[in-house]
Amino acid sequence: MSTPVPSSIEKPRYVAPPPLVYIEPSGKSNRDLPAQIDFDWLRQAYQHMSLIRALDKKAVALQRTGQMRTYPSCLGQEAVGIGTGMAMMDADVYVPYYRDQATLYLRGVQLKQILQLWGGDERGHLFDGAAKKDLPICVPIATQLTQAAGAAVALKSKGVKGAVVTSCGDGATSRGDFYEALNVAGLWQLPLVTVINNNQWAISVPRQMQSGTPTLAQKAVAAGIEGIQVDGNDVVAVFDAVNHALQKARSGKGPTLIEAITYRLGDHTTADDATRYRSASEVSDAWQREPIKRLQTWLHDHDAWDATREQSLHGEIKQQIERAVADYLAIEPAPVDDILRYQYADMTPALEQQRTWLLQRHGG
Amino acid sequence: MGKDNNSNTHEVTLVEAVNLALRRALSDDPDVVLLGEDIGTNGGVFRATEGLKQDFGYKRVIDTPLAESMIAGLSVGMATQGMKPVAEIQFMGFIFAAFEQIVCHAARMRNRTRGRLHCPLVIRAPFGGGIQAPEHHSESTEALFAHIPGLRVVIPSSPTRAYGLLLSAIQCPDPVLFLEPKRIYRMVRQRLVDSGKGLPLDTCFTLRQGKDVTLVSWGAAMHETLQAAERLARDGIECEVIDVATISPLDFNTIKRSVQHTGRCIIVQEAPRNGGVASEISARLAETCLMHLRAPVQRVTGYDATMPYPRQEHLYMPATDDIIAAARTTLEGL
Repeated sequence: MSTPVPSSIEKPRYVAPPPLVYIEPSGKSNRDLPAQIDFDWLRQAYQHMSLIRALDKKAVALQRTGQMRTYPSCLGQEAVGIGTGMAMMDADVYVPYYRDQATLYLRGVQLKQILQLWGGDERGHLFDGAAKKDLPICVPIATQLTQAAGAAVALKSKGVKGAVVTSCGDGATSRGDFYEALNVAGLWQLPLVTVINNNQWAISVPRQMQSGTPTLAQKAVAAGIEGIQVDGNDVVAVFDAVNHALQKARSGKGPTLIEAITYRLGDHTTADDATRYRSASEVSDAWQREPIKRLQTWLHDHDAWDATREQSLHGEIKQQIERAVADYLAIEPAPVDDILRYQYADMTPALEQQRTWLLQRHGG
Repeated sequence: MGKDNNSNTHEVTLVEAVNLALRRALSDDPDVVLLGEDIGTNGGVFRATEGLKQDFGYKRVIDTPLAESMIAGLSVGMATQGMKPVAEIQFMGFIFAAFEQIVCHAARMRNRTRGRLHCPLVIRAPFGGGIQAPEHHSESTEALFAHIPGLRVVIPSSPTRAYGLLLSAIQCPDPVLFLEPKRIYRMVRQRLVDSGKGLPLDTCFTLRQGKDVTLVSWGAAMHETLQAAERLARDGIECEVIDVATISPLDFNTIKRSVQHTGRCIIVQEAPRNGGVASEISARLAETCLMHLRAPVQRVTGYDATMPYPRQEHLYMPATDDIIAAARTTLEGL
């Protein structure tokens, strides 16, 4: 479908290195894992990814039964979110896009709150713990990226020892905000890590119809910053790249752009039907590269996982999800006048008057 | 900028008052940071930030790359992490690249997070016509922002109010769009005490008291409005003159009380007629003051037309004579 490049135009000279990968789709590794990765770390990553996949499945099911509003599945992208989250520290600030359930979970956002958000309740954004100063989910594409740069300016100028991590999809890299954020981050050497979830699809528009660039990572070159391409379905590769970028950022050595190559196995959201624009064979091919199975294979091959552990993990996850859903469904409705209370620090006279009208119509 | 010896009193123009307020805010609050295009070494194209980079350093008075959306996005991010960014958009005609950040994020951050985060930023932008500038340098689009919940839109019309309102805008926990009427940047000088005291963002200012007709305006058009009041006074017509100053959220009570007293109201705005702040004030007068009105509310406005290039700009701007004519119409039969 992509427009052919006329032969008279010289090919760009930049040649991207092959993406970083430790654990291949087959579950084999062709290189030593980073030193800080041990069996416990890998088992933890596996457990986190399995939990997020279960949460995601449940959220879609809740939507199909009318108990959840429009929901963006993160099926297939678990390694990007978990690898990123496991590299972050509390002092860092996270600036998410809307498909970031996995990282938010690791930042300490409760599963119940993630459901609450997509269940249509702003109170899901009452993040606590490490996420206390993290930005809320950002729906307009790429607008979070310049905000993340601003947060990085704040950390830098306040002398905070953390860095800012932000994420976006491949579609976001077509927007001006993406370039504007990279440009200023490179210019001011901001402590900023930008992770592109290249899941191959901007709703119905495939990656090759979005940009003529061979890799999204090389968009960093124009901003004078480092761009790294990683296998986004390898949680170790994602962790290693983000960890490297964070250490660099925290020590004042500037920003990094990471393109994590993954695949959106689900629809764009529950309001979408991906069968309209992509083939079943493409999706089944992508399932061969998904992140959880390959790590399971690796762990099995290294005698670090077995059927008993798998069974007990699934029991725990089932309980955790059931509790989160029960807690979510038990959330009391917000006070009626919450829709007015947070517009300004204080209620204005006009809002006070409108509150009386609202309460007359909808009870106190 | 004139300064009395050994005192804190200055004879300043409006743009110099902006500079004094920015200087005061930078001195008083280490979290205040200015950012924008050409605001550092150059001191801003209107010199609003003159000397500030020299005195406070490049980390607090930041020359940014030329990207308005980025300036606003940076400000949102900085504000959520405890800083007080005061951004300059060089002309309001170029604010639209930043519109998404202001409307979709700055204005919503508190509500979206149910109060967990807020966005105490100020975006300053010179606006309005009358300086013979190229296209996109002369529009008055304040109503677009006044329509957005969560934003405060503040417009000074004199040096002292510019100083006090800007200080309050910077201290305000809500995002504030601070629109500076550049036609009157250097029109008059006022004696100003650099006291660090702000002026309230929730009230109109009554500049002149009168019993016959209420004249309501804001920004540069206050100048013609006050002139009209002066000339009408020569004929024995006493105008009450109100500077709205904060056009959103609007202090309607001050306007209402005045109109209940005078029974007549003229609203003067430089912006196009359709869907402007004058429309909102008229609607609210119709809702709440109908029985007090002795004549229909009149609006003196720009036209529902694109702001002309400089040669025809004067045709567009509301003039003192237009305001006087409108006042006389409402006073017919007095």
